[in-house]
Amino acid sequence: MTELLEATAQPTPDPPTPDPMVPRVFRVERTRQDTRDTYTLELSPLDGEPLRFAPGQFTMLQAWGIGEVPISISGDPHGSGLLEHTIRNVGNVTRALVHTSRGATVGVRGPFGTGWEVERGAGGDVVFIVGGIGLAPLRPAILHVVRHRDQYGRVVLLYGARTPDDILFAPDLEHWQDDCGIDVAVTVDNAPHSWRGRVGFVTSLIPRAGFDPLRTTAYVCGPEVMMRSSALALRDRGVAADRIRLSMERSMKCGIGLCGHCQLRELFLCVDGPVLGFDRLEPLMSRWEL
Amino acid sequence: MTKPGNVARTVMLDGLQELIDALLGRGYTVFGPTVVDGVIDYRPITSVTQLPQGWGDVQDNASYRLRRRDDDAVFAFACGAQSAKPVLFPADELLWRARLGGAEPEIERAVDDKPAPPYAFLGLRSCDLAAIGIHDRVLSSRQFGDTHYALRREDTLIVAVTCTDPAGTCFCVSMDTGPVPRSGFDLAVTELYADGPHRFVVEAGTPRGEELLDQVASTAASDEDLVAAERVGAEAAARMGRVLDGTNLKDLLYDNTESPVWDDVASRCLRCTNCTLVCPTCFCTSITDASDLTGTTAERHRVWDSCFSEEYSYIHGGAVRESGRSRYRQWMTHKLAAWHDQFGSSGCVGCGRCITWCPAAIDITAEVAELRRLAEQRQRPQEARP
Repeated sequence: MTELLEATAQPTPDPPTPDPMVPRVFRVERTRQDTRDTYTLELSPLDGEPLRFAPGQFTMLQAWGIGEVPISISGDPHGSGLLEHTIRNVGNVTRALVHTSRGATVGVRGPFGTGWEVERGAGGDVVFIVGGIGLAPLRPAILHVVRHRDQYGRVVLLYGARTPDDILFAPDLEHWQDDCGIDVAVTVDNAPHSWRGRVGFVTSLIPRAGFDPLRTTAYVCGPEVMMRSSALALRDRGVAADRIRLSMERSMKCGIGLCGHCQLRELFLCVDGPVLGFDRLEPLMSRWEL
Repeated sequence: MTKPGNVARTVMLDGLQELIDALLGRGYTVFGPTVVDGVIDYRPITSVTQLPQGWGDVQDNASYRLRRRDDDAVFAFACGAQSAKPVLFPADELLWRARLGGAEPEIERAVDDKPAPPYAFLGLRSCDLAAIGIHDRVLSSRQFGDTHYALRREDTLIVAVTCTDPAGTCFCVSMDTGPVPRSGFDLAVTELYADGPHRFVVEAGTPRGEELLDQVASTAASDEDLVAAERVGAEAAARMGRVLDGTNLKDLLYDNTESPVWDDVASRCLRCTNCTLVCPTCFCTSITDASDLTGTTAERHRVWDSCFSEEYSYIHGGAVRESGRSRYRQWMTHKLAAWHDQFGSSGCVGCGRCITWCPAAIDITAEVAELRRLAEQRQRPQEARP
């Protein structure tokens, strides 16, 4: 039993720096273009101390003098010590970040927020439901399950991307499907004629996924409307609301519950979230512009 | 005001000057009310002559006017344009500076090279005192805190004052925060100016305050003075300009997210952010990054922000709260409802500044009353059904 606990234990996340508003300096070791608009940066800390994190946590990542944005950690929690961030180029800060050249530095604060707590799904089936860039925050959780595959029952990954060109981490998806005992199903919203895969919303994959709702924990990440419809579909099939975990996205300026931007009624999503159970989120997600 | 074991003293205006001198002598920057830009606001002062002697204020929706009093009172006004917030939690705070010229960026924390000067407040209203208590909870009592606020707050000395002439926009009695300061002060002053000589009944709330009071010429407060001090507080409490009915307020706001009140208020609200800027408890901030022209120095500032701005909730693709109705709803729901869940109290202290300084004359107490009226109206026909 002790061995099992040790095997499933997450690395303890680092406490944020003495002053959590002051960044640590990381060097860009590698950059990789994943899709048309999405890049992965691998970062090493100048002070040599690897940043330990729990899957689902994020950092405040900054381009010096330009700005700072919350970005989920997409690397392996048991990995090499490099901090991985997968970033979609959607604004001036993310544009500066994805174009940071190798050897240059960026600022990192964190890690912040709650994690997926994927170890709590051990002993049962696991369903990952993912939309678009949502695969990045889920990747550390998936890698944890892959590493501890024998502790989980059926593991399903349902992934919806906009087009075949937007499919993120394609080599990972193939590896997880072929070598890791994960049932990966991919669907796209729009496809050219050459696409032989499925077309449709990711929720359409749920009925065929073949998990046991009563012993399933679900981890859902994507656009809010997609997460809500996925969570409702899962609950309708009998998955307990508190075992449907979602990662919420809001504007964040501090990451430590002080700036107020990420509030969702009584929640500060940067410290109470970003990952929360659907039992807590459902009443808040069903009201427009809350 | 007087608690057992506390000996209240009576001090004359000269004694107040001695108090200021004692504070200045100990290195404090003394913030006191003074007439500036047509309002009474807290500013650094060195003399009782800078206090707004003989000035009062008249406040109503979207309206603030100074008025000449027919007495020599120095603290007989309601509340100024700003609370202690701009002093303890400045609108623009440098957090750190990064030097990017070398091989590796060097980060200098602003708190390391700028020790907070000790601040003293003279004549802080009870509502503003309560607001500091709320900021202490928000900014200094949780897992993460605001380092700069904590440093400033640590050394801050407070001489609070009983509000003797509340304004038309005041409702501290509804929020249970005034008009008499109850705790959180080093010294509390009640000004007596109606009968007898112009004098101040002063009570210490801390050993630090007690020690300070010893430096000031004073006499033991007579029973008459104590009774008079009690009376002016009670009379002020009976003269509140507004009432905010707090009954089941959290449920009222949580349950009425789609009330027509929000559309109505949004049709008047200009999203100018005035209410959040004058609110003594609004704490939302943003960060701004700037670099010099050569790009070798980058600075990060923490600046006040407002949930009324569109950028506030912006994430890629647009603002979460695009409509005016959702932004006003967010402000009021946070202030009066979610705050209870987050911090165990209301976020409103009843100072009425948001009413006075709203250019569109929106009144938070009236909006709550209307929300309640419509909610009850909607419920009634349902209850009538068998």
